[in-house]
Amino acid sequence: MDKQRVKFSFEGDQVKDPIIYQLGRNFHIVTNIRRAEVQENLGWVILELDGEKEEIERGLQWVSSTGVRVDPLSGDVIEG
Amino acid sequence: MAFLNGLKCRECGREYPAEPLNVCDFCFGPLEVVYDYATISEVVSRDRISQGPLSIWRYADLLPVDSEEPVDIMAGYTPLIKAKNLGKRLGLNNLYLKNDSVNPSFSFKDRVVSVAATKAVEFGFDTLACASTGNLACSVAAHAARAGIRSIVFIPSDLERGKVIGAAIYGPTLVAVDGTYDEVNRLCSEIGDNYPWAFVNINMRPYYAEGSKTLGYEVAEQLGWRLPDHVVIPSASGAMFTKIWKGFNELACLGLLEGVDAISFGPDQNTAHHPAVTTRMHMTQAAGCSPIATAWQNGQTHVRPVRPNSIAKSLAIGNPADGIYALRVLEESGGSAQIVPEDRVVDGIKLLAETEGIFTETAGGVVMSGLQHLAESGAFGKDELVVVYITGNGLKTQEAVEEVVNPLSIRPTLSSFEEALQGRPLAIR
Repeated sequence: MDKQRVKFSFEGDQVKDPIIYQLGRNFHIVTNIRRAEVQENLGWVILELDGEKEEIERGLQWVSSTGVRVDPLSGDVIEG
Repeated sequence: MAFLNGLKCRECGREYPAEPLNVCDFCFGPLEVVYDYATISEVVSRDRISQGPLSIWRYADLLPVDSEEPVDIMAGYTPLIKAKNLGKRLGLNNLYLKNDSVNPSFSFKDRVVSVAATKAVEFGFDTLACASTGNLACSVAAHAARAGIRSIVFIPSDLERGKVIGAAIYGPTLVAVDGTYDEVNRLCSEIGDNYPWAFVNINMRPYYAEGSKTLGYEVAEQLGWRLPDHVVIPSASGAMFTKIWKGFNELACLGLLEGVDAISFGPDQNTAHHPAVTTRMHMTQAAGCSPIATAWQNGQTHVRPVRPNSIAKSLAIGNPADGIYALRVLEESGGSAQIVPEDRVVDGIKLLAETEGIFTETAGGVVMSGLQHLAESGAFGKDELVVVYITGNGLKTQEAVEEVVNPLSIRPTLSSFEEALQGRPLAIR
């Protein structure tokens, strides 16, 4: 089992989509929201994902494919 | 001797011991260092600072380290230069340049890495690590060499050879990662979480970021313990921007500024604001990666991540960790955020070189073009004191300005020289 901490960023109509519900339902991943902010047409959620490493990878690829942006928890670590 | 009480979550306020941690286990918010300012105020003084070394370590009382022997390659105490020629061009009588391009590895990163490396050694790490497209790689490798520990530096596989050499010369293990920006970023974040290394901007981040406060301390000290009316700063993650503001407010709250009385830091040290600190903080970002400035200009409290596509690679952080905190500083200081068109970056580099004889990298071009726009739009009074931060050296991004190389080609005779001159008179300022 593996854990990953990630940040999802939503825009526009994506705010209305139950992405996190579907991620938990369609993949063997436990989602645990720790912090979030959702406004009318944008938002972000910081959450922990618990599951097999490959399953988390598959789940995150699916989230990205919906247009939701997936980032590491602490922002970019590559610096100039 | 550190006057450090521990770490505290910036979001939920939970407290942690001073360990190699950067994220709150509960809410995943960022951790910040907490100081014992009551004891610091009994010890620190302008005299004590002035007797310290000519490096960032003259401010050791205000940095989160215990060691009496920091990992020091003499970062900091860089020149603050009155920019008479540039000031005349822009109609500013009191324009100053904080020239941080002359640090030992040629960028301001030496300040933050010196603190991170010192803390890493204190914690007992034997490996210093980072992921970088240039300046940070050089600084990490240089400080690891000085500390006598290993370094491992992750770089994108398409990084320019000049930058690779600038880091490789210090003997790190270089890992060139083949992938998109997002893939490299995600991999390095995962490695940072899984290997027992001191990753300067991951598990060392709370300590690392504090090094940027010295950019604020030095300007105040060099101005005779006064603060500027305005500062203009290039921004990537937003960390340096927020820490310069924090540095100004620390000096004020501790009563170290001329004519300013000490006051309590209040319930949250990291948002303390002394009413005597009236410096307006101006941020500059290049159009190809301007998530913070865009949020500011759109009146948003949320920083929308972007995929960087900018000539100013040292500022290319699409998902800035301190973006929302930088927005708060902009608001609190009455500052502004400038988005500099990509085609003005090189103009900014040339402007600084041709007026003040300083060759800066692309981040410096961004800040110079931002300064020019601010001056032309009337943001400054002509006698107000304006300080511009030049954070990196132009030798690192020579490819950006290759077009300036256009020599007169002559035969080795006086007649050939004079003939060539007729076609192109000497440059006149």
